[in-house]
Amino acid sequence: MAEKKIRVLVAKVGLDGHDRGAKVLARFLRDAGFEVIYTGLHRTPQEVAMAAVEEDVDVVGISLHSGAHLALVPKVIRYIKEYGADPEEMLILVGGIIPEDDIPKLKELGVDEVFIPGTPISEIIDYIRENVRRKREARRMKVKE
Amino acid sequence: MNYDEEEVIEIVEGIFSGNKRALARAITYVENDYPEGKEIMRRIHSKTGKAHVIGLTGFPGVGKSTIVSKLTQEFRMREKKVGIIAVDPGSPFTGGALLGDRLRMDGFDVNRNLWVDPGVFFRSMSSRGRAGGLAAKTGDVVRLMDAFGFDVILVETVGAGQSEVDIVEVADTSVVILMPEVGDDIQINKAGILEIGDIYVVNKADLEGADKTARWLKAMLMMDEGSVEILSQTTHADEARVQSGEIFEGLKKGWVPPVIKTIADKGKGIKELADAIEDHHKFMIESGMLEDRRKRRIKRELFELVMEEVKKMIKTEMNYKEIIQRILKGELDPHTAAEEIVRRLVRA
Amino acid sequence: MEKRSGLPLQKQFLAVSINGNFLILFPEKLAKFKCLNKDDRKMVMVMTNLDEIKKKRAEWEKKCLKPFLERSGEREEKFETLSGIEVKRVYDPTDIEHIDFIRDIGYPGEYPFTRGVYPTMYRGRIWTMRQFSGFGTAEDTNARWKMLLKEGQTGLSTAFDFPTLMGLDSDDPLSDGEVGKVGVAVDTLKDFEILFDGIPLDKVSTSFTINPPAAIILAMYVAIGDMQGVPRAQLRGTIQNDMLKEFHAQNTLVLPPEPSVKIIVDIFEWGVENVPKFNLISISGYHIREAGSTAVQELAFTIADGMAYVEAAIERGIDIDKLAPQLSFFFNSHNDFFEEIAKFRAARRMWAKIMKEEYGAKNPRSWWLKFHTQTAGCSLTAQQPLNNIVRTTIQAMAAVLGGTQSLHTNSFDEAWALPSEEAVRVALRTQQIIAYESGIPNTIDPLAGSYYVEWLTEKMEKLAWKYIEQIRKMGEGSMLRGVLKGIETGFFVKEISNAAARYQREGEEGKRVIVGVNRFTIEEELKIPILKVDPEVQRKQIERLRKVKAERDNKAVKEALDWLRSAAENDENVMSPILEAVKAYASVGEIMGVLKEVYGTYRKPIII
Repeated sequence: MAEKKIRVLVAKVGLDGHDRGAKVLARFLRDAGFEVIYTGLHRTPQEVAMAAVEEDVDVVGISLHSGAHLALVPKVIRYIKEYGADPEEMLILVGGIIPEDDIPKLKELGVDEVFIPGTPISEIIDYIRENVRRKREARRMKVKE
Repeated sequence: MNYDEEEVIEIVEGIFSGNKRALARAITYVENDYPEGKEIMRRIHSKTGKAHVIGLTGFPGVGKSTIVSKLTQEFRMREKKVGIIAVDPGSPFTGGALLGDRLRMDGFDVNRNLWVDPGVFFRSMSSRGRAGGLAAKTGDVVRLMDAFGFDVILVETVGAGQSEVDIVEVADTSVVILMPEVGDDIQINKAGILEIGDIYVVNKADLEGADKTARWLKAMLMMDEGSVEILSQTTHADEARVQSGEIFEGLKKGWVPPVIKTIADKGKGIKELADAIEDHHKFMIESGMLEDRRKRRIKRELFELVMEEVKKMIKTEMNYKEIIQRILKGELDPHTAAEEIVRRLVRA
Repeated sequence: MEKRSGLPLQKQFLAVSINGNFLILFPEKLAKFKCLNKDDRKMVMVMTNLDEIKKKRAEWEKKCLKPFLERSGEREEKFETLSGIEVKRVYDPTDIEHIDFIRDIGYPGEYPFTRGVYPTMYRGRIWTMRQFSGFGTAEDTNARWKMLLKEGQTGLSTAFDFPTLMGLDSDDPLSDGEVGKVGVAVDTLKDFEILFDGIPLDKVSTSFTINPPAAIILAMYVAIGDMQGVPRAQLRGTIQNDMLKEFHAQNTLVLPPEPSVKIIVDIFEWGVENVPKFNLISISGYHIREAGSTAVQELAFTIADGMAYVEAAIERGIDIDKLAPQLSFFFNSHNDFFEEIAKFRAARRMWAKIMKEEYGAKNPRSWWLKFHTQTAGCSLTAQQPLNNIVRTTIQAMAAVLGGTQSLHTNSFDEAWALPSEEAVRVALRTQQIIAYESGIPNTIDPLAGSYYVEWLTEKMEKLAWKYIEQIRKMGEGSMLRGVLKGIETGFFVKEISNAAARYQREGEEGKRVIVGVNRFTIEEELKIPILKVDPEVQRKQIERLRKVKAERDNKAVKEALDWLRSAAENDENVMSPILEAVKAYASVGEIMGVLKEVYGTYRKPIII
């Protein structure tokens, strides 16, 4: 049984139209060997959540530059639950213009990590590899019980 | 390798009760050869066979994804539940893939939001640069969606090589999508395109060359043996009857693939396409061809799966590398080697 | 005998070309050549003996450079501008030998305007210091504006929030969480009344960064002017109103491309008659650059868009000489100092040629490329943010040396959130120090004649022309169709995307140094005061909207919207109905809604 490929949903939620970061990230992730699903612009939290569930992704990466993160990200997580999946099983990552103060708040709401502008993508890739592995192992253990 | 019984039960129950997450997880298991995958397939098999499976293929840029999206809308309006599998090529070098077809689906402020419609399920799959085995995997995913309860399953692939032709044969109805060709030289003679379609679509029909392309296609598609036979006996006097198609009426009614012009962006021609798909489905059932085709499909899949198993066994139970060396050195010929391997497998 | 003019050097020579060889005749020898008449002798020659220079150069390379290189080498294999143009070690007259001073450079205020659109430039008037601002409610923005005007800012510039930018009302479900965040929320004329309370429209010029709903915002501004009693012919300002770049880069997309262009031309048609001092469009390259393009692409795509708009206007029958003075441009100013300066000069020269020769504009004013510049937001880092002040200074200097008409300098905390008061003040002071302390504005286009800068200006122009011809071909001779085709096929998006990916890769591999990020880093904790938006803003705005809707004459609103619908359906100019709707307190969402009904909504094809 081959090691399952890492599937990442790169999502733009809300009205923010800046997609340079998300698109560059999607390319780099693909080059790193991941399967990447890019949602395109102007998605609602429901659409992002449903995509995350149907595509059974390991990682949900939300890119935001509009300041609406505290409103929109929790909604995505909520809808993932509503549509039947367990957000704990996924890595929920947020990237973009997020003020330092808001980072702990986001983490409390279920976000695993926040990446601010200037973070090398190689760092994000390493983070994903390590933590997806961690989550899968935790799941296997949970199931065994 | 052993599967997790509890997990399998939960997933199978989820599939039968319409839980999308269970279906998504099952697809993941199957795609990645988890032991749970095979077991789940065993348990859902009896509930399969109902859905109409439609394969759509075409070169990049013809507008497949838009057509898939609009077709989905149309089928939803006809109260059909729709499952979609979008197969994208992955990079054979990095193994990664950018699976992008989801995007064409209408969401946002449109009255029918396909992204969150409970009657629609969209899954992207990477073909991971391998040709063999793809048909079987896709077949499994189709069956999962079938068991889930979708009435129509759309399998969308990028038509650029042999593997995609295989995919189309996974389907009950195969739709080939083309773009208008400009210029005097119609290039639609890529390998196999004229043989594999049950329905042909000329998309972006507002572009120059659309009519010419459609007419050319229609003419080529009529060239089956029976038609050629009849045509070879016509004279100038029969001209009008040839043009109108009347001359073929005596023929045993087979399925002549229709050529449908669409402007998918504007939603034009989609109803006609959906009608043609439903007509084909009816035709297949009534003529018994559906069963034939499925038999052929099952045969192919079966052999594919058997070959996978055999390959696995050879790799684990036999020192096949040594055998290859011996053939190379001239000590053993390939035919004898093959017979010997089979004999050992049978004994094992 | 070939007569040439060029860059002035210390002496004046007569250079004679005989069979392709140059012969230098010093003035004192002139008298000896009787075949030369008085005029020839008076002719100003710039060219020196290029052969001599080439020889000197070869000598230098052999005797001086080579041994030094062997001992010390250079930092890189190759040096390139940010656009990938290779930069030579040293430039000399041979690099610009075919550049003709009068034809290619000339004097400011005269064709081809390479050196500037006005003959006095900053000696006459310093560029407008226009800091982009806006957030929260109209009251918040009004207060910030009054502060900035007090601090010496000379023009206002408005940032709108995402719902307004997208033509949605604050109570739209899609606006939830986004109201007032990145700019001011505007739903009805009431918000504009508060926004401009105490701000006299005859004294101040205001620029609005708004695109799909530009017609609505312009109408609101005109309505306020009417209320204040300011004659429409006196209103000054700009609406960005550039939808083509939205399709290429910025992605504030509502209506499809063709209707978007149609409405822009409606604004042109109405604007030239009613608000002749108002800039009806700001043809933008800034966002294209922010999305990751190179400087050459920014230059080429912006000029291409400009050409598309001009063609559309001509098709409508608008007199190009009437419209041209109301066209303006908006560029980015990024880190590569000289490349940016060359870009601005090339832009002016290209546009002048295009307007004069291609579109036949007769009035010299029509040949001017006037532009606003913003320093590059995408170059700022969250790490060691004070460094951003330095970056912004270099970029601002480039804009000034490039002859910009107005300038926005970014605040150093821009990577985090909307700028704090202190940060905005520093950004403004940056401009003021350049204006009043550095001496840079005291002479016009001082870099003219620089071998490097003139070479680079010409190089960028050539590369940009290549793109333009490519686009023209896509449109089978028409720039308008070419640009629309490019939008359809994703041509622009692909070019920009590839440039962005390359830029990122170079940064990650360390090939391109980003100070504080991939080199010269420190362990840091960020302590900048961050401006947070009051979460009450959304609630207050929704309440205000509700009140306006309850108190207005809904019948008048309906009538105006019906008029708009019929005008749109019958391909008539939509400005007058929009003005009427705005005065009746119809909301942005309601007006945009009618346009969406008629023209449909656009969904962008995604190319990664």
